[in-house]
Amino acid sequence: MAQTAPKPKIALYWCASCGGCEETIVDLDEKILDVVAAVDIVFWPCAMDFKYSDVEAMADKAIDVSFINGAVRNSEQKHIAQLLRKKSKMVVAFGDCAWLGGIPALANLKNKKSIVDRAYIEMETVENPKKDVPCEKNKVDGYDLTLPTFYETVHKLADIIDVDYYLPGCPPTPKNVMVAINAILSGKLPPKGSVIGPDKSLCSSCDRNESKPDTMALEKIWRIYEKVADPHTCFLAQGIVCMGPATRDGCDYPCVKGNMPCTGCYGPVTGADQGARMTSALAGLVIGDEKEQALKAMEGIADPAGTFYRYSMAASLLGSQRKEQA
Amino acid sequence: MGTKISIEPITRLEGHGKIDLFCDDNGAVERAIFQVPELRGFEKFVEGRPAEDMPQITSRICGVCPTAHHMASVKALDALFGVEPPPAARAVREMFYHLFMFEDHLLHFFFLGGPDFIVGPGAPKEARNILGVINKVGVDTGKKVIEIRKICRELMAEIGGKPIHPVLGLPGGVAKQISEETREKLKAFSKNAVAFAQFTLKAFNDIVLANKDYLDLILSDVYYMKTYYMGMIDKANKVNFYDGDIRVVDPDGKEVQKFKHADYAKVIAEHVEPWTYIKFPYLRDVGWKGFTEGKESGVYRVAPIARLNVADGMSTPLAQKEYERLFSTVGTKPVHNTLAMHWARLVEVLNAAERITELSELKDLTSPEIRNMNFKTPGEGVGIVEAPRGTLIHHYQANEKGLITKANLIVATVGNAAAINMSIERAAKKLSVNKKVDEQILNMIEMAFRAYDPCLSCATHSLPGKMPLELRFKDKYNKILRTVFRNNDGKAVSG
Repeated sequence: MAQTAPKPKIALYWCASCGGCEETIVDLDEKILDVVAAVDIVFWPCAMDFKYSDVEAMADKAIDVSFINGAVRNSEQKHIAQLLRKKSKMVVAFGDCAWLGGIPALANLKNKKSIVDRAYIEMETVENPKKDVPCEKNKVDGYDLTLPTFYETVHKLADIIDVDYYLPGCPPTPKNVMVAINAILSGKLPPKGSVIGPDKSLCSSCDRNESKPDTMALEKIWRIYEKVADPHTCFLAQGIVCMGPATRDGCDYPCVKGNMPCTGCYGPVTGADQGARMTSALAGLVIGDEKEQALKAMEGIADPAGTFYRYSMAASLLGSQRKEQA
Repeated sequence: MGTKISIEPITRLEGHGKIDLFCDDNGAVERAIFQVPELRGFEKFVEGRPAEDMPQITSRICGVCPTAHHMASVKALDALFGVEPPPAARAVREMFYHLFMFEDHLLHFFFLGGPDFIVGPGAPKEARNILGVINKVGVDTGKKVIEIRKICRELMAEIGGKPIHPVLGLPGGVAKQISEETREKLKAFSKNAVAFAQFTLKAFNDIVLANKDYLDLILSDVYYMKTYYMGMIDKANKVNFYDGDIRVVDPDGKEVQKFKHADYAKVIAEHVEPWTYIKFPYLRDVGWKGFTEGKESGVYRVAPIARLNVADGMSTPLAQKEYERLFSTVGTKPVHNTLAMHWARLVEVLNAAERITELSELKDLTSPEIRNMNFKTPGEGVGIVEAPRGTLIHHYQANEKGLITKANLIVATVGNAAAINMSIERAAKKLSVNKKVDEQILNMIEMAFRAYDPCLSCATHSLPGKMPLELRFKDKYNKILRTVFRNNDGKAVSG
């Protein structure tokens, strides 16, 4: 048998995340066996026995690709992200939390003290007369215990390290993961800094798009629970906020197939601000002759920040004034 | 001078965990501390979000058990908006939930916790994984595991949009009706599911229970702890995952509480330690007495064995037989043996599969009446489900516009936080006296908390089935005296 090229060395790591990005890898089902056979996994704390010290001992750029999911919320995550950057030829931000901050970045609408106070002091079930809250340094029976530094804000990965590619989704679908893996294995990659995936809006592929009228003149925006959504008609045409116009295509619209609107988890198309794009899309849909009338129609959007930037708060201008340098 | 042993990193729910073992001068463990070094702050940042968005926001607490959070959340919304879902919506939710319980429990058994037993606790690490399981039970079975999980998750996508972060739930109902075509698929699946659950129990029986060493391990003093137990029961006092009162039994098995969801805060309180981000729930009436077991300590346990312990039985006939077999084999009720968690999990797999069969025949399952729109002014709501890893509580308050003003979340793994600490401590203590720390000890400490998992290693696991475990012996000044870790062959070596 001819000498084959060495398998690409792959690392996987997670920061502030839910584990859904790991689960989507398990959802490759039988294909995961092919992937495992095609690469050499050198670091995957969730699954394998390699330690930080193993990574530290590697030569710089010894890892071909590091897939990092999760936002950066504390000093430990920052440290490992930086370490993997140093040791890797390529870093891929895997999923929304790494790309845009994801759901954890909604915390950027609050501050660290209010988060900690709520969880450990104010909570209805908490009995904490001494008002103890988690501290970085503790002594228990004379021994030192430490916790990582909890940052004031949630950072997207590119705030911390140089990122080569981005994989969208909360989580990315198994199909998209395979596309990315194949692109990497075959070397057929888009320019550095690209999001791996289609660069058009979700509406362009949604099967309800044909029912979307050119002009809508909506008198009212409905909250999702206030209406029984027709399972075949464009949500926007029904007066329900669907993030489709401001969201990147590629997921095969599973939420819409579940008769629920897109909430924007595939993020914006290149160069767009998701919230700004959605605001302008909606502005063109509501009845707009009178300012008051338009404002009334928009009342159905009870939480614009959390709706338009649900997955992209760490990449938005909102809250960025408070953002410390991690 | 005493020493400190750090085990880090271990994997856990959302990120990393760390275990510190404090030893006396002879090297025996005096105290074990399990630290959770991360907080994402969901309870605060959901304030101001529309209540109806909560099922999709809170599912992001955990990508392995998103359905549990989604369902606890939507039940909290039912209460918050004062709407009872119509029978069809309830049937759809229950169907979705039991599909989830089935595949999640199986994932744990075959991919995560099970390899310890099927391949063996002393087997080389490289074999202690799903591939090792496949070798042991046969390639066809291995393929079947992957295949049945795949079909289950495809059905979940058909019903609820997607298996990871589903979009099914709305206050007072569900977003999508189940079609007759899907019902037929569910019927076909449920037959395979019941058969597969039985097969899995048989494998557990043949490989684990028939092996005296394994059975001794399950019954071993190392993994034994007398605590209170908490779980949900239906009106006939049978195990229920979706709805019912919450029962608490004491270490003797006597019912001490049976409460409605809205009363959870009267029963459960949480203790805070400054050295970890995880809180420690306990029974308010008994009180927090530290990391101690027994009737005087308010520490309680949740998850499969806890559910079986609090209930009078299972709601379905085949699972009931297995339930009886479990308790007669161990010989006590409640069962205090932590490793019996694995067995109880499989009894629940069979129960979930049988429930899928029952639900697939329910006339209401495909009814178009899936919404109750008779909303009251938003107020307050508590939603509780039994997540795979235990009782899961979501409690919200909202203003009159339906925006969240306060949220309290007591997640399943947190319910076991104190018990996990204590289980690790017990295993470490029992194993540390006059013994060389080797692969066996690493493995056995690992097994003490893996029984509660995979939410501790949620996200994590373990196609290869190895936990990254490193023991560092340190003196008081944090100077590393000795390190023991696994090499790539799974052998413990000193470095």
